[in-house]
Amino acid sequence: MGFLDIKKATKSYGSLQVLHETDISVEEGEFLVLVGPSGCGKSTLLNMIAGLEDITSGEIAIRGRSMNGVKPADRNIAMVFQSYALYPNMTVAGNISFGMEMHGIPKPERQKRIDQVADLLQISHLLDRKPGQLSGGQRQRVAMGRALVREPDVFLFDEPLSNLDAKLRVDMRTEIKKLHQKLGTTIVYVTHDQIEALTLSTRIAVMYGGYVQQLGTPKEIYDNPANMFVAGFMGSPSMNLFPAKVVSLDGRPAAEIALADGKSAAVPFAGETLASSVGRDIVLGIRPEAITDKDGADRNSNAVHMVEAPVEVTEPAGSDTFVVSQIGGKDVTGRFRADVNVRAGDVFPFAFNMEKAVAFDPQTENRIA
Amino acid sequence: MVTVTSSRSFSPGRFVLYALLALFCIYYLLPLYVMLVNSLKPLSEITAGGMMALPKDWTLAPWLSAWSSAQVGVEATGLKPYFLNSIIMVVPAVALSTLVGALNGYVLTKWTFRGATIVFGLLLFGCFIPFQMVLIPMARMLGLMGLAGSVTGLIFVHFVYGIGFSTLYFRNYYAAFPTELVRAAQIDGAGFFRIFWRILLPSSGPIAVVCIIWQFTNIWNDFLFGASFSDFSSQPMTVALNNLVQSSTGVKEYNVHFAGAIMAALPTLLVYIVAGRYFVRGLMAGSVKG
Repeated sequence: MGFLDIKKATKSYGSLQVLHETDISVEEGEFLVLVGPSGCGKSTLLNMIAGLEDITSGEIAIRGRSMNGVKPADRNIAMVFQSYALYPNMTVAGNISFGMEMHGIPKPERQKRIDQVADLLQISHLLDRKPGQLSGGQRQRVAMGRALVREPDVFLFDEPLSNLDAKLRVDMRTEIKKLHQKLGTTIVYVTHDQIEALTLSTRIAVMYGGYVQQLGTPKEIYDNPANMFVAGFMGSPSMNLFPAKVVSLDGRPAAEIALADGKSAAVPFAGETLASSVGRDIVLGIRPEAITDKDGADRNSNAVHMVEAPVEVTEPAGSDTFVVSQIGGKDVTGRFRADVNVRAGDVFPFAFNMEKAVAFDPQTENRIA
Repeated sequence: MVTVTSSRSFSPGRFVLYALLALFCIYYLLPLYVMLVNSLKPLSEITAGGMMALPKDWTLAPWLSAWSSAQVGVEATGLKPYFLNSIIMVVPAVALSTLVGALNGYVLTKWTFRGATIVFGLLLFGCFIPFQMVLIPMARMLGLMGLAGSVTGLIFVHFVYGIGFSTLYFRNYYAAFPTELVRAAQIDGAGFFRIFWRILLPSSGPIAVVCIIWQFTNIWNDFLFGASFSDFSSQPMTVALNNLVQSSTGVKEYNVHFAGAIMAALPTLLVYIVAGRYFVRGLMAGSVKG
């Protein structure tokens, strides 16, 4: 049993089921990120943990205490909202102390805690201002201060960074991570930004269509996606997914891929898992960083194979150059070193690191190897 | 820049424009002028035909008479007691209907329930029922409640009639009020009324002013309910003014009538001048906020 237990929880609005049976167990001090596209049920799940939405069936428990029917105020949770939800009529200090006031904490104690939190978040000089006089980043800090001051069991974050501009978002991301490392609090964090999910979390639940598609550490999710949705959603640029056929090459399973110039190539798999599936159509998944120029390939890999393919587009990005080719009718992006001399129209050797390749069933979209 | 402005101000188009504006101003202010000058002159000057002229003999006597000694109905009390009646009626009626409207708006937007739209629809319907239709049922109700012919009864009538509009105002205002704030307050541990008092009401300045102006004007100026549901001791200002002006015996004291009419109009004017500024300020604050 974990610190926060979600057991067979579901949510329906009438006949519309927005969250299918979900089981997640979060340990104390974990940073769980719920990630997925809009409408995947992640915010609904967060609101269910907060008690802002009822649970249709199943149970949510914090510290072993069932939360079904418990009011949000009595769950010992704190939440940071996307819009920050600062009370516009109160000062920053008033915002931070409102929750404590509602819980009947005496004034000297409140003042002490406000000062501590303001110090921690470096907002001491803002305590007398109204939210309307603050910048986006400052509001974000106040919203976090309001949550921190409660000393809750679980912090809930609902897309807290999506209203900030790109630069500030990266800074605040780092600060949230630092804060988590410093305080060791349990956090459930909702976002649609897969980079936020990968950088912040200790575990990720990738959600889609009301189902948890995969639950695992960032590395598991990134390297071993359970299905094509997770593979395509996590990572930027996203994983290349293209059709291939399992063939036998010198007695070993290989992926036969169709190149844009009408030729085809066979790339042997690193493992033997697909040995029994010769002749089967698959969807091959390879991340851009596993398709490189020859010298950029991973030296520790035993399964780098060269494929001569025509280059369609090159996209220099400063540190790398993304090179796009057509394989099996799909755009496939490779990540080349920036100084490789490659031009659109060339036929160029691509190095496939097959140790990092994954295979999916084209019908069920589930992982097969 | 300066030359442009000065050349503009001399252009014939500008001249015509300002002349027209001035003309309309005079046209609209003329009745007020007539009321004012005639309330400050002796009756003899009016009956002599000098309606538009400035008083030759300035006097406050018509005002004093209208306030405290003119014959209203059967008693020579002036308008003073009825003015007080109106104040006693209008203040609680406006306060109650505004408060209940705010509460309704809060429930209808932030604590919606099955059938909330129907309830709102019915309340809206209440806004558009003609006054005349409710006269008889209301008279019966007031009689049953023992409030017939009292100021309390009038407060009740205006309070109930005002809820429709005040709900409409506050519902639409709160619909744009971020629900996340209510949720944040819930997590902070505030209950239904605490959220209303501490979070929503303090942010309702602009709409409260709109609502108060509307309710105050309507209730103060109401004649029909006042005439129907009051007796001699509970008549509001509008009814008393009518009784003053329409009295069929004695000389028609036009100067006193003018003074009384201005008195009856003064409070609404005051509300517009004082609260209207806040109203505009509230609107501007909302529009400029980036």
